[in-house]
Amino acid sequence: MEVINIQGTDDTPNVILDKDNGKFEISGRSLPEDVNMFYEPIMNWIDGYSEGPNGETEFHFKLEYFNTASSKIILDILLKFEEIVEDGHDVRIKWHYHEEEEDMLEAGEEYADIVEIPFDYEPYTD
Amino acid sequence: MGNALDNHSFLDFAYQLYRTMKTNEISLVYEGEINQDITKTFTSLTERNLAKSEESNAVQRKVFNVMVECLQNISKHADSLSEDDQKERRGIVMVSKGEESYNIITGNVIKNSKVPGLRESLEQVNSLDKKGLSTLYKTQMREGKLSEKGGAGLGLIDIAKKTGSTLTYQFKEIDEELSFFILTSTIKRNK
Repeated sequence: MEVINIQGTDDTPNVILDKDNGKFEISGRSLPEDVNMFYEPIMNWIDGYSEGPNGETEFHFKLEYFNTASSKIILDILLKFEEIVEDGHDVRIKWHYHEEEEDMLEAGEEYADIVEIPFDYEPYTD
Repeated sequence: MGNALDNHSFLDFAYQLYRTMKTNEISLVYEGEINQDITKTFTSLTERNLAKSEESNAVQRKVFNVMVECLQNISKHADSLSEDDQKERRGIVMVSKGEESYNIITGNVIKNSKVPGLRESLEQVNSLDKKGLSTLYKTQMREGKLSEKGGAGLGLIDIAKKTGSTLTYQFKEIDEELSFFILTSTIKRNK
């Protein structure tokens, strides 16, 4: 599968999706003007991945900030991985948050309430 | 002569404005178009100012969050005073720092026809506690669809959730068609 490697900007996140090396990560900031446009290739990639996923997938979210429109898209991403879980594959979400950012931890917990995927919470410091 | 006097009173006005801003620790006042570039400029400006202050990371992040949501609300939803420039979304933005809190005040024109719906959303958000807001946010994320403009109807819920304060708002009727909507979001400092 092709590798997606997008460098982050002021308002868009870093994205690495690399099936062969088992790297799945979205990090940085997500507040693009047009969330649909930014995330479309990512959603398409995940659709492709779900047709033949790795036995184990560890997906890292290490976001410092995302806007509400992005929060909806993140849920859509998680729902796609939930289907991969339902198909019998192992998926874990590694939810990274700054130890002082309770809001970011809570955001992860809210997603964990909605989707049936195991979450691990990983605090980090500066 | 008249001109000289006008110039003089304008200088007075500028000085008064400066004084008022200083007294109220207003760090930003803006009226004009609000788009993604302006949003990025203001948020990074505010971010830099906050980074220099001794504010905790959590408070800094909340101020940033709330600004983004308020500005993106305007850039997606504001209506226009005249029929011909429907594309340009304008508004006012003010950020002030008080003893106990930061206030982010935004204002924009809105069609009267949209007022009842918005008022209802605001009242709903203000009636809920933290847990209720979280539940509403989750429901809205699941069931809501992204609009063409990329709005998810989550902005106000998010602001209330992150600030832990009720949203203060007012609608000032401009004419039969339009009103001016003012929203104040308060972020408590070092609570």
